[in-house]
Amino acid sequence: MEQIIFYLLALIMIVMAIASVSSRKMLRSVVYLLFGLIGVAGVYFLIDYNFLAAVQLTVYAGGIVVLIIFSVLLVHHMEMEMETAKKSKQILTGLSCLIGLGVFLTIMYSHEFTVVENTLTTTTAEIGMGLLSYDAGGFILPFEVISVLLLASMIGAIVIAKGVKLENEGKETVGNPQTRIENSQETEDEN
Amino acid sequence: MIAGISIYEILTLTSILFFIGVYGFITRKNLISILISLELILNASAVNFVIINKYLFPENLQGVFFSIFIIAVAAAETALAVAIIINLYRQISSVEVEDTEVMKY
Repeated sequence: MEQIIFYLLALIMIVMAIASVSSRKMLRSVVYLLFGLIGVAGVYFLIDYNFLAAVQLTVYAGGIVVLIIFSVLLVHHMEMEMETAKKSKQILTGLSCLIGLGVFLTIMYSHEFTVVENTLTTTTAEIGMGLLSYDAGGFILPFEVISVLLLASMIGAIVIAKGVKLENEGKETVGNPQTRIENSQETEDEN
Repeated sequence: MIAGISIYEILTLTSILFFIGVYGFITRKNLISILISLELILNASAVNFVIINKYLFPENLQGVFFSIFIIAVAAAETALAVAIIINLYRQISSVEVEDTEVMKY
């Protein structure tokens, strides 16, 4: 039973990943990515890491995909189709990716993994204790560093996305980029 | 661990996902599509951490922690990238890689 579910998930994930890197419509490609990420959460559920699956669903499906959809809607016209790379470049990249995949698989299958048979389940409490423990093998320092990183990226995103002031933006010419860049530098100096 | 599924099959799946991501990263010409490919690559590596933890060292939890950190860093990175893309669109009205010639505004 679990075998069938895994193969089904694997099929969905690979098909959706290929669709999301080859679709020419922006929004569709994001939605394909969403299904791929849900497939990853399904794999986490299958190996009994329920907390990780929940994190995957909330952060990726609920946060990152919505953020990407926002940016697509802000910068794109719905009917616009993306231009694709040249055929020769596509074939060359595909070939080199296949060669890389072959190298990966040969190394993997020639290595003998010592698999430990187990049916352990991990509770959320264990994960929390491990993250906050000071002992050897505890992850309290990376945990705090990650919180600082998230704060810094939040402030950085606000500062970058705010850009120049709105009243100056109206005056900017819609001509070539160079004059607009000079304009924004001038407004910066005034500020 | 998953009954009837060996570690090789799962590692094969994640390698395929990783190289699909690499393919998209190289061939796409749009900044948002490159971001999407990046998410695929990050996800494949996070699954690898968890799988190796579960199959080889089930009494430890290190792989789970690393995978949580990968997810957190990916979220931070996506937020910043979206901010940069929107700002870039305001400056040059385009998100194609080829039109992106200046980084300083």
